[in-house]
Amino acid sequence: MATAVLRGNARPVRRTSMQRDRKRALLWSYVFLFVFVIFFLTPPVYMLITSLKTSAEISAGTAPWWVSDPTIQNYVEILTSPTYLTFFRNSTLVSVLVVAITMLVSIPAAFALSRMKFWGSATLATGVFLTYLIPDTLLFIPLFKIFVYLRELTGIEFINHWWVLVIIYPTLTVPFCTWIMIGYFGSIPKELDEAALMDGAGYLQTLTKIFIPVALPGIIAATIFAFTVAWAQFLYPLAFTTSTDQLVLPVGIVTTLIKGDVFNWGQIMTGALLGAAPPLIIYAFLMDYYIAGLTAGATKG
Amino acid sequence: MVVAHSARLSAVRPRTRVRRLWRRKSTIAFAMALPLLLIVGLLVLYPSLYAFYLATLNKSMERFVGVANFAFLFKRETFWMVVKQSIIFAVSAVLFKALIGLFVAHMVHNVPTKGQRKWRGMLLIPWVIPPAMSTLAWLWLFDPSYSAFNWLLQGMGMDAVPWLGDPYWARFAVILVNVWVGAPFFMIMYLAALKSVPEQLYEAAAIDGANWWQKLWFITLPMMRNIIAITVLFSLIVTFANFDIVRVLTNGGPVDQTHVFATWAFKVGIESNDIPLGACVSLVMVPILGLAAVFILRDITRRGGEG
Repeated sequence: MATAVLRGNARPVRRTSMQRDRKRALLWSYVFLFVFVIFFLTPPVYMLITSLKTSAEISAGTAPWWVSDPTIQNYVEILTSPTYLTFFRNSTLVSVLVVAITMLVSIPAAFALSRMKFWGSATLATGVFLTYLIPDTLLFIPLFKIFVYLRELTGIEFINHWWVLVIIYPTLTVPFCTWIMIGYFGSIPKELDEAALMDGAGYLQTLTKIFIPVALPGIIAATIFAFTVAWAQFLYPLAFTTSTDQLVLPVGIVTTLIKGDVFNWGQIMTGALLGAAPPLIIYAFLMDYYIAGLTAGATKG
Repeated sequence: MVVAHSARLSAVRPRTRVRRLWRRKSTIAFAMALPLLLIVGLLVLYPSLYAFYLATLNKSMERFVGVANFAFLFKRETFWMVVKQSIIFAVSAVLFKALIGLFVAHMVHNVPTKGQRKWRGMLLIPWVIPPAMSTLAWLWLFDPSYSAFNWLLQGMGMDAVPWLGDPYWARFAVILVNVWVGAPFFMIMYLAALKSVPEQLYEAAAIDGANWWQKLWFITLPMMRNIIAITVLFSLIVTFANFDIVRVLTNGGPVDQTHVFATWAFKVGIESNDIPLGACVSLVMVPILGLAAVFILRDITRRGGEG
């Protein structure tokens, strides 16, 4: 009886103190999350603020964090500027073509490496991952020289054409996409494709009728990865292209909108924000796939 | 005779068919992997090796000079400044990315599950924006005459900070922007890892009277050791080889004080048109990248053996 009373008394006290602790922890979590969201979102929000200002308001500089006279003039100017639209077209063409090439190369390769074991296939899979670790900053100088030589050899002008990027970008996307596709394909039960082979399906049919539909989430994640990498790449286009009509967005904005000392920040911020829009839109709608692709590289394998 | 012949045929046929199928299988597999092999071989491995050859030529690339380029580099003061700055940049940026990532992941993990998606969605935005674009926003925030940060600081009665004009502040600025871009990636990785730690472990620890610090030190960190190791190594490679942020924010200035290997290699190799010397600069990264790669490979093969 006495113990029952004691327990009856002790339990609510304990629970309320734990609840209070938990509530306090939750409150602090929200406070810190709020602080970090401000830190993480300040640059993009500031881009938006600046993009809505007139040049007069920007150069007055009286209230940088506030728009007193909102205008969409910058957006109109950027979206009707033939130069900017050329950058946008080049970026879109390069990214879409690179995504197509990446998928055409890495899906069959991942299928072969994960299912059709052949001599050296396991080593090859690890080797593919290792090539992903060779950064673009190591490759751009020898690649540049190689394409200069190729021009002398074939007479085809490789340097300063946007399509040379379509040849180079797969080095950034193919190894990683193949690697995560090997992981996704590897998680498909063997019975599934054995059954298909038993029923007389060829390897191509097994791939298109079983592997691609089943691993579709992985393929979407890999596609998003390839697109965002191709869209954001900065070093290769900076090294390989110089004429205004051949530039892609990131390089175009950085090199042409900044003319000498006259910085038109309203337009630069508008251009940068519109340049960041495609990956942001994809992210907003396909966040789960985006995150799956991000975490797949390190957790699979 | 005919009977014997057909009997032999039927005995032989299955084996040759299997063998032919097997041979066909490996041929098909090789054919399917061939485009990958060509891309990796011609556009990644060959250029990597070619870089070593390029590094041994003179500026006009007509004469073999052996290690003279490296000898020249090692005698230059700017080179050692770049080495120092690259190491400071990579180590401090990765450290802060990992710490902030771990901290924010915990905060997201603490809030109720249905709210986590929204916070996570907002916190990953810096990683989604192309770095060259977001660095432009930072460049504008750090503008010498219109800096919005300085406006706030002066509003609070403090002095304006020469963000990109002073070598020390400029170093701080490039690290800050790199941490800003990279911390969300760590946050996402650690959040995924946190979710895989069994709740019972924490409950057991709570019963034993463990405080939050002991839970972190004895449960969370050991359970996340693998993922922490691989993200840190991975980020070390990417940060060490970073180009976009430094190029857009400071372009190496003031007076080459913020150059890292990649930006200096670009300046020497492409802008000053000394391709062999530029190749040398970028090759200096190889030992460090190789070391990180070895550790990552060890981790992968070890986990491959377990799974």
